Amino acid sequence: MTDPVQDPVRFIDERTAGAALLRRGLRYLFPDHWSFLLGEVALYSFIVLIGTGIYLALFFDPSTAKTVYHGPYTPLDGQTMSAAFKSVVDISFAYKAGLLIRQTHHWAADVFVASMVIHLTRVFFTGAFRKPRELTWIIGLLMLFTAFLEGYLGYSLVDDLLSGMGLAIGYGVGLSIPVIGGPMTLSLFGAPFPGKPELWSRMYIAHVLLIPILLAVLITIHLALVMARHHTQFRQSRRHTERRIVGVPLFPGQTPRSLALVFFVAAVLFLLGGLVQINPIWQWGPFEPWLGTNGAQPDWYLGWLIGALRLMPSFDLTIGHFTLVPNPFWGGALFPLVVLGLLAAFPWIERRLTGDRTTHNLLDRPRDAPNRTAFGVAFLTWVFLIFAFGAADRIFVLLGLSYNTQLYIFRIGIWVVPLALFFGVRRVCRELQTSDRIEEVREQAEHEAEEDRGAVAGAPAQPAG
Amino acid sequence: MSYRKRLRFMSLRARILAVATVFALGAVAIAQAQPQSGIVRPTTEPSNPSAQLGAQLFAGNCSSCHGISGSGIASPRPGAGGIPGAGPPLQRVGASAPDFYLRTGYMPLASIHDQPAPDRVLFSDNEIRSLVAYVASLGPGPAIPHPAPASGSLSDGLHLFTEHCAGCHQGLARGGFVTGALVPPLQGVTATEIAEAVRIGPYLMPRFSQKQISDSQLNSIIRYVLWTRHPSDRGGWGIGNLGPIPEGLVTWWIALPLLVVACVLLGKRFGR
Ligand code: HEC
Ligand code: HEC
Repeated sequence: MTDPVQDPVRFIDERTAGAALLRRGLRYLFPDHWSFLLGEVALYSFIVLIGTGIYLALFFDPSTAKTVYHGPYTPLDGQTMSAAFKSVVDISFAYKAGLLIRQTHHWAADVFVASMVIHLTRVFFTGAFRKPRELTWIIGLLMLFTAFLEGYLGYSLVDDLLSGMGLAIGYGVGLSIPVIGGPMTLSLFGAPFPGKPELWSRMYIAHVLLIPILLAVLITIHLALVMARHHTQFRQSRRHTERRIVGVPLFPGQTPRSLALVFFVAAVLFLLGGLVQINPIWQWGPFEPWLGTNGAQPDWYLGWLIGALRLMPSFDLTIGHFTLVPNPFWGGALFPLVVLGLLAAFPWIERRLTGDRTTHNLLDRPRDAPNRTAFGVAFLTWVFLIFAFGAADRIFVLLGLSYNTQLYIFRIGIWVVPLALFFGVRRVCRELQTSDRIEEVREQAEHEAEEDRGAVAGAPAQPAG
Repeated sequence: MSYRKRLRFMSLRARILAVATVFALGAVAIAQAQPQSGIVRPTTEPSNPSAQLGAQLFAGNCSSCHGISGSGIASPRPGAGGIPGAGPPLQRVGASAPDFYLRTGYMPLASIHDQPAPDRVLFSDNEIRSLVAYVASLGPGPAIPHPAPASGSLSDGLHLFTEHCAGCHQGLARGGFVTGALVPPLQGVTATEIAEAVRIGPYLMPRFSQKQISDSQLNSIIRYVLWTRHPSDRGGWGIGNLGPIPEGLVTWWIALPLLVVACVLLGKRFGR
């Protein structure tokens, strides 16, 4: 008798010896706290990105050859545009579910990066980056910055008005990097802006193949490292210690959780894709170097760079008449490098400052490390304020607060507000610690009092806890 | 801006005051003084537009800045209440400019330090026609245009608008900021006002000649600008047609909270 289930399973197991590995994997314990699911949101957004991206790649044409549009969208009728732009207009108006998939793809990108940022803040404020998980932290940061680049390439490929203006800014920032910037940017673009047609095939191969593979590899290493050193956990009970893991197994405990989350993430992204318009390129129209629109913005995850470019006082590093470092370098290149560098070095900086070299499997609550928490809040606020200034022109239009007034407020505010927050937050953390200690002492005292009374009455002492 | 608002709050009292002043000066007031706010009107206003009514209104409301008979005042000069007045001469602006500046509420300007901005229109239609007739009578100049947007092409309009106007007014005419000026959104303007603005070039906006933008191209532009009131939002909720800023807000304030709530609920649901 053959068994339709057991036989194929045995066949595979005998040839792969996979059962033992699988059993180990299924028994892997997940910490029991919702904040550990934030990273999964990013992972599932990435999966949606890949899925929708494959569909879009079936129709997208990465070519700058000029064509004349005659399609269903009449306001563009008769306009000359690149084949790339036309193919995206066609995806939006002519192909089945094209617009839904396109919008879902774009929302997924926005959410992918946002969920990574949230995940990063959780990891930071709980000290999960400490030994032995520094590499996991660094890989995470690399993924974040790779995602910035991937998103930028994605919307640049479309060749609409906004993407062209974004490329022009990227070109300027690239040129501003001392020594290597000029040759590197020029060889990438093939010629001075707007570059040669090759630029499109380069961006395309990077966007649909090279960077997704890089991201997938980084994700794999990230997860492998998490598994290897195991998750961290909160000190939720006395059973949670540095050496003992308490949690739910991958199967059956975590699996339904993660499955539900996959579906929820996909549902939110597809709902947004179907209901909320994102990057309506048919409204912006095709790009030509002499065209532009007021208030052009990059996607949100690059907004902090626009804010930095605008906030930076006009200041070039010059020797005589020779400009050594042009202005866009400060906001567009140095600023993100400083942010990346500081975050990447943070585990070592903290170790230096606290002298704590031990291994940590238990997480801090934010209050447990007042200096770290205070620095984190100040640092995030610094970046956020610079980000917010990127929208100063819109704030002016909406609230009437003049651009120059805002410029002065922000130039001072980005230093003063984080500094004030640093001391404020540190204070709050310490107060919370104190009240924790008082609470502990009180419980202890109550406990002892009870024991005393018990002894007096001759009753047996209550067992602890 | 805020100064201007404060003035408007006072307008009733100030108006009575101003009318009393005009009364004292006689029917044809040659007001040296700029009224602090509101509008100075003759006590008995004819019900038909006339250049004569226009002259009276001009003397009371405009001459402090634009000079007697619209000859212009070059450098700031204190008017009533110490508010300085200065404005360009109006002897060659024709009918188009006063029509535009009055129907958008740009004039009378509250303070010469302010950018003229779209505002509440303080004059009645009758009064505007009178003022326009009066200013037009001061010298030769362009008449009020009569554009025909229906004969324009939406596609040409989109392209021309992107080429000539979007750098300041934003691609879907949602307005913005350029160094030195706030650029108004154009969803509330009429076809005539657009045609006037393009040929006049108010404030920092350039003036476009027939050579740069022909009348038929102008019709296309106007058709496009009127269309931006309800652009084609094929993708769903248009979130203001402003591009990535509202998209980022939706990401952070709608998508992410939903997902975090899901995490919290799932973390509890299957926890124990
Ligand atoms: C250099 C920037 C600039 C350009 C280019 C420009 N505008 Fe303007 N536009 C302005 C500014 C600034 C104002 C406000 C003027 C004021 O406050 O007096 C304005 C005002 C207007 C108004 C009046 C709006 C209102 O609410 O009263 C219209 C209509 C208009 N522009 C249309 C156009 C059109 C059509 C084009 C293209 C042919 C154009 N503009 C090009 C800057 C510009
Ligand atoms: C507080 C001073 C002030 C007052 C009062 C004022 N104006 Fe003006 N006006 C100005 C200034 C300043 C400009 C130039 C603004 C610009 O370039 O957009 C101007 C511009 C104009 C223009 C356009 C001129 C051109 O060359 O195109 C017209 C028309 C005009 N005003 C009409 C009037 C009328 C009619 C009144 C009375 C109801 C009036 N103004 C009241 C200051 C004033």
